[in-house]
Amino acid sequence: MTKQHANWSPYDNNGGTCVAIAGSDYCVIAADTRMSTGYSILSRDYSKIHKLADKAVLSSSGFQADVKALQKVLKSRHLIYQHQHNKQMSCPAMAQLLSNTLYFKRFFPYYAFNVLGGLDEEGKGCVFTYDAVGSYERVGYGAQGSGSTLIMPFLDNQLKSPSPLLLPKQDSNTPLSEAEAVDLVKTVFASATERDIYTGDKLEIMILKADGIKTELMDLRKD
Amino acid sequence: MKLDTSGFETSVPTIGFGSSSDMLDELSSVPSFDLPHTKEFDGFQKKAVDMLKHAKGTTTLAFIFKGGVMVAADSRASMGGYISSQSVKKIIEINPYMLGTMAGGAADCQFWHRNLGIKCRLHELANKRRISVSGASKLLANMLYSYRGMGLSVGTMIAGWDETGPGLYYVDNEGGRLKGDRFSVGSGSPYAYGVLDSGYKYEMSVEEASELARRSIYHATFRDGASGGVASVYHVGPEGWTKLSGDDVGELHYHYYPVPPAIAEQVMEEATTE
Repeated sequence: MTKQHANWSPYDNNGGTCVAIAGSDYCVIAADTRMSTGYSILSRDYSKIHKLADKAVLSSSGFQADVKALQKVLKSRHLIYQHQHNKQMSCPAMAQLLSNTLYFKRFFPYYAFNVLGGLDEEGKGCVFTYDAVGSYERVGYGAQGSGSTLIMPFLDNQLKSPSPLLLPKQDSNTPLSEAEAVDLVKTVFASATERDIYTGDKLEIMILKADGIKTELMDLRKD
Repeated sequence: MKLDTSGFETSVPTIGFGSSSDMLDELSSVPSFDLPHTKEFDGFQKKAVDMLKHAKGTTTLAFIFKGGVMVAADSRASMGGYISSQSVKKIIEINPYMLGTMAGGAADCQFWHRNLGIKCRLHELANKRRISVSGASKLLANMLYSYRGMGLSVGTMIAGWDETGPGLYYVDNEGGRLKGDRFSVGSGSPYAYGVLDSGYKYEMSVEEASELARRSIYHATFRDGASGGVASVYHVGPEGWTKLSGDDVGELHYHYYPVPPAIAEQVMEEATTE
């Protein structure tokens, strides 16, 4: 006779959407601030954006407990790096570290869908998108989370940049100005909020430039 | 449910979600798979795989000819029915004279190819000579064999040029390793094989071979929904690899099959110039 065990899953999905856009000398990282479980809202004010280094900012949707654990690992690895190399990690280096950290738990993954944004060694904006087990790719813009399927097609329409695989090589950074990119992000979140129940409340936007990070908060629909 | 446990390795670590080691009293002394406690075993497996298995569906190919090795791939990554990326690098540069192709799980392929690159470099430093294609593919195959049955999804080809000339091996997550002249891996491979096999001649020039490779990928992306994006073609010669072309397959379609302008459009053109 089969023993009856409670069906318990170690995972939960806290919803939310994250977007990042890379510019010629800036990077915009944005996420909504709603944290939910099932049909309930746990918090209207939960930040999904975390600064890992001066030039690298991580935004993750999915299971926020796993996201917190992932951040802790990355923060401690970054601290060790700073002690050993006497400098902050660059964004491409952080990107590979994140990929390896995610793959390390290949057989019990972090349920985190990440978008890493920042400035590369040349000062140009860079965005890296990930899947749950660490495959990553440098792109000009990215969206992850519950509203990503609503947002990505629109960003493709507005920002579709030539693929970095094309020969002869073409620059993939968006020609938008910083103000236009922020405006686009606000538009995109307002639309996603209309049709995705897990996205809403407030929008947190971080603009990363060589001289520092600026944060903006915008209200979204709370229903 | 009677399962064949004859090939079961007791050293496989348990990764159960809510499963324990004594699921059935009669089987507690016999090694058995950790099974989830659901009514619908089949459906659960599919759901578990779907939840975390990402980025499969692809077309990659490689073949040896007189001028060396030609390697080509598409660039689409799909998560179920959603296209997660149209610009995935599926041809991985292990070192300046060896390439690996990616098919199956993107993270698995990326990670193990990077790991292989590290191992190849260590071999060079330890032995003061480059590793052979046979050796590199063996390293990868042995690594994947040790993770057999744990759900890795890797279908890769290792292509390179070493002291014995051009080399091409197919390695997969079962630990299988095959030496050959022509391989295509992925959901679009049947279509690619059709074009590749019918046009293949060992004495082809580099230009002919690269055009054949590009065309094979294009035809596969045309018919296979899980393949698309940019068709990349690389050539591996005695001096190492070079990227020969990267073309958007949408544009390639009109390059191969141009649409003649309709008569009505021609008339409109004439009217506006007057």
